[in-house]
Amino acid sequence: MEFDTIAAISTPSGEGAIAIVRLSGPEAIGIADKLFRAPSGKQLATQPTHTIHYGHLADPWTEEVVEEVMVSFMKAPKTFTREDVIEINCHGGIVSVNRVLALVLRAGARLAEPGEFTKRAFLNGRIDLSQAEAVMDLIRAKTDRAMDVALNQMEGRLSKLIGTLRQALLESIAQMEVNIDYPEYDDVEEMTRPIMLEKALWVRSEIDKLLQTSSQGKILREGLSTVIVGRPNVGKSSLLNSLVQENKAIVTEIAGTTRDIIEEYVNVRGVPLRLVDTAGIRETEDIVERIGVERSRKVLKEADLILYVLNYSEALTEEDERLFEAVRDMDYIVVINKTDLPQKIDLDYVQQLAGDKLLVTTSLIEEEGIDQLEEAIAELFFEGQIEAGDMTYVSNARHIALLHQAHQTISDAIEAADLDVPVDMIQIDVTRTWEILGEIIGDTADDGLLNQLFSQFCLGK
Amino acid sequence: MPQYEAGTFDVIVVGAGHAGAEAALASARMGAKTLVLTMNLDMIAFMPCNPSIGGPAKGIVVREIDALGGAMGRVIDKTHIQMRMLNTAKGPAVRALRAQADKVLYQQEMKRLMEEEKNLTLHQGIAEKLVVEDGKVTGLITQVGGIYRAKSVVITTGTFLRGEIIIGDLRYSSGPNNQQPSIKLAENLEELGFETVRFKTGTPPRVNSNSIDYSKTEIQPGDEEPRAFSYETTEFIMDQLPCWLTYTNEKTHQIIDENLHLSPMYSGMIKGTGPRYCPSIEDKVVRFNDKPRHQIFLEPEGRNTREVYVQGLSTSLPEHVQRKLLESIPGLEKAEMMRAGYAIEYDAIVPTQLWPTLESKQLENLYTAGQINGTSGYEEAAGQGLMAGINAAAKVLGKEEVILSRSDAYIGVLIDDLVTKGTNEPYRLLTSRAEYRLLLRHDNADMRLTELGHKIGMISDERYAKFLAKKDRIEVEIKRLRGMMIKPNDITQQLIRDAGGSELKDGIRAADLLKRPEMTYDMIAQLTASEVELEDEVKEQVEIHIKYEGYIEKSLQQVAKLKKMEDKKIPENIDYHSISGLATEARGKLAEVRPLSIAQASRISGVNPADISILLVYIEQGRIAKIPS
Ligand SMILES: Cc1cc2nc3c(=O)[nH]c(=O)nc-3n(C[C@H](O)[C@H](O)[C@H](O)COP(=O)(O)OP(=O)(O)OC[C@H]3O[C@@H](n4cnc5c(N)ncnc54)[C@H](O)[C@@H]3O)c2cc1C
Ligand SMILES: Nc1nc2c(ncn2[C@@H]2O[C@H](COP(=O)(O)OP(=O)(O)OP(=O)(O)O)[C@@H](O)[C@H]2O)c(=O)[nH]1
Ligand SMILES: [Mg+2]
Repeated sequence: MEFDTIAAISTPSGEGAIAIVRLSGPEAIGIADKLFRAPSGKQLATQPTHTIHYGHLADPWTEEVVEEVMVSFMKAPKTFTREDVIEINCHGGIVSVNRVLALVLRAGARLAEPGEFTKRAFLNGRIDLSQAEAVMDLIRAKTDRAMDVALNQMEGRLSKLIGTLRQALLESIAQMEVNIDYPEYDDVEEMTRPIMLEKALWVRSEIDKLLQTSSQGKILREGLSTVIVGRPNVGKSSLLNSLVQENKAIVTEIAGTTRDIIEEYVNVRGVPLRLVDTAGIRETEDIVERIGVERSRKVLKEADLILYVLNYSEALTEEDERLFEAVRDMDYIVVINKTDLPQKIDLDYVQQLAGDKLLVTTSLIEEEGIDQLEEAIAELFFEGQIEAGDMTYVSNARHIALLHQAHQTISDAIEAADLDVPVDMIQIDVTRTWEILGEIIGDTADDGLLNQLFSQFCLGK
Repeated sequence: MPQYEAGTFDVIVVGAGHAGAEAALASARMGAKTLVLTMNLDMIAFMPCNPSIGGPAKGIVVREIDALGGAMGRVIDKTHIQMRMLNTAKGPAVRALRAQADKVLYQQEMKRLMEEEKNLTLHQGIAEKLVVEDGKVTGLITQVGGIYRAKSVVITTGTFLRGEIIIGDLRYSSGPNNQQPSIKLAENLEELGFETVRFKTGTPPRVNSNSIDYSKTEIQPGDEEPRAFSYETTEFIMDQLPCWLTYTNEKTHQIIDENLHLSPMYSGMIKGTGPRYCPSIEDKVVRFNDKPRHQIFLEPEGRNTREVYVQGLSTSLPEHVQRKLLESIPGLEKAEMMRAGYAIEYDAIVPTQLWPTLESKQLENLYTAGQINGTSGYEEAAGQGLMAGINAAAKVLGKEEVILSRSDAYIGVLIDDLVTKGTNEPYRLLTSRAEYRLLLRHDNADMRLTELGHKIGMISDERYAKFLAKKDRIEVEIKRLRGMMIKPNDITQQLIRDAGGSELKDGIRAADLLKRPEMTYDMIAQLTASEVELEDEVKEQVEIHIKYEGYIEKSLQQVAKLKKMEDKKIPENIDYHSISGLATEARGKLAEVRPLSIAQASRISGVNPADISILLVYIEQGRIAKIPS
């Protein structure tokens, strides 16, 4: 059987210190060699099979070094898929592994469908017949999970933005189609090259922006700026540690332990966060601590999201209320910590102060409530309630690859428009762009155009 | 009614509308002994609606029919009153020819062709019942008890099945234009287990030309250049009749608003689904009520009649309201209405019950084509008729079936859409339905299909030889232009400057120069001093090929991918319900459509990529299992 070359992340996302991007297919080695830079300058293709090599991945278009990696090189047929296989081991974490995958896809691989490696293993005779059923179940299960994720993102900011781009393109396409199919209709404005060009340029600049967020944009480089605030000793540092799952911040029973700002990068259910622990905010005597407090206030202003921590077992103080005032117009989640201790706080009153903001109760000591908090963060983000500056979040490698394709097709359209190519030919690339963008948000229904056609224009005999 | 044996044929075609005429001619041409049985021999290829053939997408279908040896193009070339090439200011992919027909002459010419076709018998009669033996059709019985036996039957009864005409609150059982409806046949199909839907369409009033004040309208002449649909046409009609343009206005719209309660569309009397692309005037006014006016084209129905078709005014309002509407329109104030507009409801067969050959899945040897399959339009009907006729005959004669791909022809797109996706409104072809429209052009229909037409016996050796010679001239000329260098001498620079381009810095290949937007083939020909004078059609092909090479190449790459998926055949006996892993919806849809290839399967709505993967694994598993180890 003849196949193209596929690639995918083959470790669970976001977890583990090492992540693997796997390639399989006739071009696997060639693609790897395009990107891989060994210190000695050697080519993978010339190496013995089943060997591992240290080096860097570079962006072949800019020669910029992207990642430090170990590459395993395995020639067919003694591989899982019975094809040439390359495994790129890189640092764990969604940012770097996505970057590697995106690079591989740009270099010519196609993103594997769910379960496709296993499918190939089967089709190439690596897996025997009795396992075929299992393969089919696997494809189904993986796809369903992938669809869940896609659905989550669909309602998010990305899909909103893509939706807007698509609608803009669709209106032009529909107008063009009407010009073609109903050439005598005088009440439909003639689609012209300048109009088409203007739209295409706008769409391309929006795609550019999106791609920036994916490669070096604020969010992926820095994460969503998430600031933990609260009075001293409520458990801010403990919260940071729980989210990071490591002891990064010093936790003591002494109020005012944290003197300065501590930053940590974490990935919470696919949302990259730059977590900032702050010195407890209150008027203080200690001069060192005071600087910390002032800086805390400043960080607060620049935050995308605030985790406002309260103590479950203390009554609400004036300071707490003042803090509510300070964060009023921002996105925040109230975390009420220490639920293992007796309740002293008036939850109803807190909810009243918080208005429609979410309240999550936790006991960090008992490790309770963290799941709910993580869920709340992911939900806020994917539902688009958190505006990270004006950035939209693109980290999924499939999306990045598709955005690159869309960028190519819309650029083709722009180039053609510059060359005086007939509008209906330019439209071929515009339509293609519209389709590719549709793949990103999982909208490939092809009756969209006809619906637009007949709702936007009055046609008929 | 006593029955009698009325004759035995290879193929029987029921109906002689646009689908039936092509089906009968094709079947006979293929060498099958064919009977065409139709209700009224005076109504062969009758146009119940607009007197016009072609237009975007549809005009290309006519070219395709011609390239495959069908009749529509040849007939309209002899009987039109006007022809226009549309979209000439746009790219070559969307150019399309449209003709205004002389309706009566068209019918006569089609009838003559059919009468002259050897192997073809024409007979007037009404089919009422199919003869079915062992799940196969073996003939039919007519109203007068004639039993006709055949190996295949093609039904092309258009809008006749349980047809009902509706005007205002009047509703009566009828075929189009007050012909009799087909009720018995509809009942028989229902008994045989065919699933049907109720569709609706409509037509505008006709007025007498003598009563039109044309001075208040704009003239719409035909092209001065000679035009033809058929590649075989050598004689061109230059004496053309114009059409005329006028508009509705506030007053027209007010009349509609005031009388909307009398419209069967809005009183709930019409239940059938109408086509969105052919709304009635009342629909247009309601849905787009901010539009101050709508275009109305006045189209003569022929040379020997004064009847004029009022395009844009399709309606089922009561006759007296129609009169008022006409009176409100400039030029039609005194118009004498000869026929009122009306809506018609009818049964159509759910087309996913058909194979891509248009043969029924449940009843072997039965084919259906045309409006009965849920389409609308003469060209759509003719395209299907041609394919059904070809396939019915092929089956009888033991020849291979003929299925056009979406990348071969608009006819391929049409049939694939129908049998794969079905339709929930009368289906009309639009250029946007074709994903490879750059390949499916008006100009290259012969390049796409004549080879096939010849192979299956629809195109004569003589015509084929001519085609090959043309193809050869195109290829030779493209090669020549690719190889020849043009020097930046005075003559060249002058010509380029005159065309508005920028001068050459260096020598350039002729083909590359032609790629510049301002250059035409004729200019390049001047610079390259060709000895042979090529005909316009060849020049056009050369020009398009070279100019749009990049785009064509891209489309071809996409087609190559499609072909790969088309080559992955799905075994006919596959049991979708036994495939674990398929989503429930996909399972149901696949079992209904029973796609022939993975490509077709992936076009079914509700079947997602995971289902396709699973299907591939399943098929491959079967293949592996069959290889003895
Ligand atoms: C009122 C009206 C408005 C329309 N408007 C439009 C429009 O706006 N745009 C558009 O594109 N198309 C329109 N159409 C559709 C177009 O006319 C048809 O799509 C096209 O004619 C269909 O061709 P056909 O061959 O399938 O059927 P038809 O041309 O209808 O031919 C059916 C044939 O079957 C014969 N027949 C029927 N029953 C029997 C029987 N039991 N036994 C023997 N013979 C039988 C009939 O006599 C006839 O010859 C309209 C049609 C009508 C009636
Ligand atoms: N009982 C209980 N104690 C907790 C919980 N979370 C944190 N603590 C304790 O509370 C104390 C303060 O925790 P920190 O995380 O240092 O609090 P902080 O808000 O960072 O304090 P400062 O840095 O001083 O502002 C420590 O002794 C923690 O062990 C909890 O859920 N339950
Ligand atoms: Mg602290």
